[in-house]
Amino acid sequence: MTGSATTAIAGTRTQRPGIWKRNQRALAPWLFLAPGIAMFALYVIYPIVASMWLSFYDWDGLGAKTWLGLENYVELFDDDAFYTSLYNNIIWLVLYMLAVPAGLFVALFLNQTVTGIRIYKSLFFFPFVISQVVVGLIFSWFYAPNFGLFYNLIEWLTGTGVAVLADDRYVTYGIIAAGLWPQIAYCMILYLTGLNNVAPDQIEAARLDGAKGWKMLWHIILPQLRPATFIAVVVTVIGALRSFDLVSIMTDGGPYGSSRVLSFYMFEQALSEYGFRMGYGAAIAVILFAIMMVFISGFIWKMVRDERGL
Amino acid sequence: MKLSRKSVLLGTAAFALMATQAMAEKRTLKYYADFDPAPLAAFEAAIAEFEAANPDIDVVLQNFDHEGYKTAIRNFLSADSPDLANWYAGNRMAPFVNAGQFMDITDVWTENNLGETLASAKGSMTIDGKQWGVPYTYYQWGIYYNKDAYKQAGVEVPTTWAQFIDNCAKFKEAGIDCVTTGTKALWPGAGIFDYMNLRTNGYDFHMDLTAGKVAWTDDKVKNTFAEWAKLVEPGYVTANHAALDWQDAASLLIQGKAANYVMGNFAVAVFKDGGMTNDTLGFMQFPEITPGLARGEEAPTDTIHIPSGAKNVDDAKKFLAFIATADVQTKLNEALGQLPINNQSKVGDDPFLQAGFEMLSTADGGIAQFFDRDAPAEMAKVGMEGFQEFMVKPENVDKILERLEKARQRIYK
Repeated sequence: MTGSATTAIAGTRTQRPGIWKRNQRALAPWLFLAPGIAMFALYVIYPIVASMWLSFYDWDGLGAKTWLGLENYVELFDDDAFYTSLYNNIIWLVLYMLAVPAGLFVALFLNQTVTGIRIYKSLFFFPFVISQVVVGLIFSWFYAPNFGLFYNLIEWLTGTGVAVLADDRYVTYGIIAAGLWPQIAYCMILYLTGLNNVAPDQIEAARLDGAKGWKMLWHIILPQLRPATFIAVVVTVIGALRSFDLVSIMTDGGPYGSSRVLSFYMFEQALSEYGFRMGYGAAIAVILFAIMMVFISGFIWKMVRDERGL
Repeated sequence: MKLSRKSVLLGTAAFALMATQAMAEKRTLKYYADFDPAPLAAFEAAIAEFEAANPDIDVVLQNFDHEGYKTAIRNFLSADSPDLANWYAGNRMAPFVNAGQFMDITDVWTENNLGETLASAKGSMTIDGKQWGVPYTYYQWGIYYNKDAYKQAGVEVPTTWAQFIDNCAKFKEAGIDCVTTGTKALWPGAGIFDYMNLRTNGYDFHMDLTAGKVAWTDDKVKNTFAEWAKLVEPGYVTANHAALDWQDAASLLIQGKAANYVMGNFAVAVFKDGGMTNDTLGFMQFPEITPGLARGEEAPTDTIHIPSGAKNVDDAKKFLAFIATADVQTKLNEALGQLPINNQSKVGDDPFLQAGFEMLSTADGGIAQFFDRDAPAEMAKVGMEGFQEFMVKPENVDKILERLEKARQRIYK
């Protein structure tokens, strides 16, 4: 039996090369990709599919799952808290974008050679280094009624203090302001590295042609900063959509749920002390994923286009 | 090959034998808990006493952070179960009981005659006619007040709701918040609601409401909120309470900027840390609203349970029987500064504990656990958000009640 097998292989070898030899070029890339694909499938694709699957069930995380079909989604679209969260997410997206121009402005301001500029740069970068939890705590003390700096300032200016975090009209803006502080620092550092790579000869040439100030910035500097701007926009959009820690630290979604965002609402429903509606939480996650997908596909589309040089 | 496998087997057997021998000398009892520092010390003393009485048992206490524990318990009950775990009475333990994660310990109750000695908590430990844990402490809720603030406004301690509201007007004139609270963490507001509802509609109605048997849009609930509005609409409650933690509000009471605080007895330690003494801090039961109602009170009960995955069930039951004894509960609660459940225990000399004991033992209506323990978790969350909103925007009351009713119809299906 062994003998016949060897003769069979020996027989084919004379006529055609082995399967591996024939398909080496096609197979090798897949083999190299395999570890990455396996990890990606296990830790990214599987959880996404599992969440979607879970969103059709009623499950408290302990007992048996009950199939609900689309009921979670039906309930979600009739849930005021969901719309509050969605609305807040939109406010976050829009206002968080301010971090990009603000970061650019700070970067331009710091892009000069003065003694000790490194110290100033690191001071400006500092808020990004400290944890979001600390940022949240600092700002909640800043806004705190009776002893907060901001509260006392407003009281001194207008006569009555405003407890930002207790007022459903201002609370989301108050949290976004806290979030902007580190985000501006982040965008600033992206632009600072970008500014290092701006070609000096082009600036020289533009200066000879009489470009100055605003015109110089708009036509010469900014086009060269396009990669930095792209990254800054991407991280800011993602940051706005996944804003969770600040909401959790500063207000816990309150007062009466008016500062919730989708990611926080998902956590509240699925994992918090009073939650454990895994299915409903998963349904919120799916919606959040869909919103993120819109942006992510946009970014990928742009990246692919750039790579092809279109 | 065969030989080596045999020797491996022999080796394992020998090792297992050694291990069981070691265990026979000292059996471990794994106990997961969520104590604050003072209760932790008290429990360590009780455990030392238990170990002295049972030298063959080694109790290993793993203490968790209070808030973290509430999430952790769900993981460790199914993954790596201890032999004993802390939790709470009433509806709060229902999810674990219904999921079969707590052990039925009715035998501990019958063998040790706990039905008699722990009678006041038996109802809240019973689901489906069986007992699922042993309570070791509870504490009263009520109104803590600043006596100096009362003097400053020149008013007497009220006994009826009408007097209370009249006082509030005078406190407002004197620039003092009549009632303070900090609802950032939501639950302090629920304490006020519970008492408003207990006093307006009585214990039985309150229990029906938290059990989901009555609509939130019921006229009786509306009456409760109408009484509550007498406090909220004229601005007698501390402004910006939604941004305050309960300790922040406690300091308002300590500073005399607020007169009354609806709170649990654990707050006494905070008041006294802030410099209040038995001469400046007062306690009263929540005033009567509807005359002639049987008086219900609020006293959350802390409990210990045996998880279904426990490995050392016999010793765990021994420990529970030990914790239930009058003597142990006396000592524990002296250190905890709370009230023992065992009716043969002695209550500490502290005037607030004495007052609480007197109030609870004469409560003819019944003893509620607290809104977030009586109502299921989801309802508690929606409800407490509603209470907070009501205390900021009382004009939204109809909208809030409709929202709660919608939640009730979904949650109690």
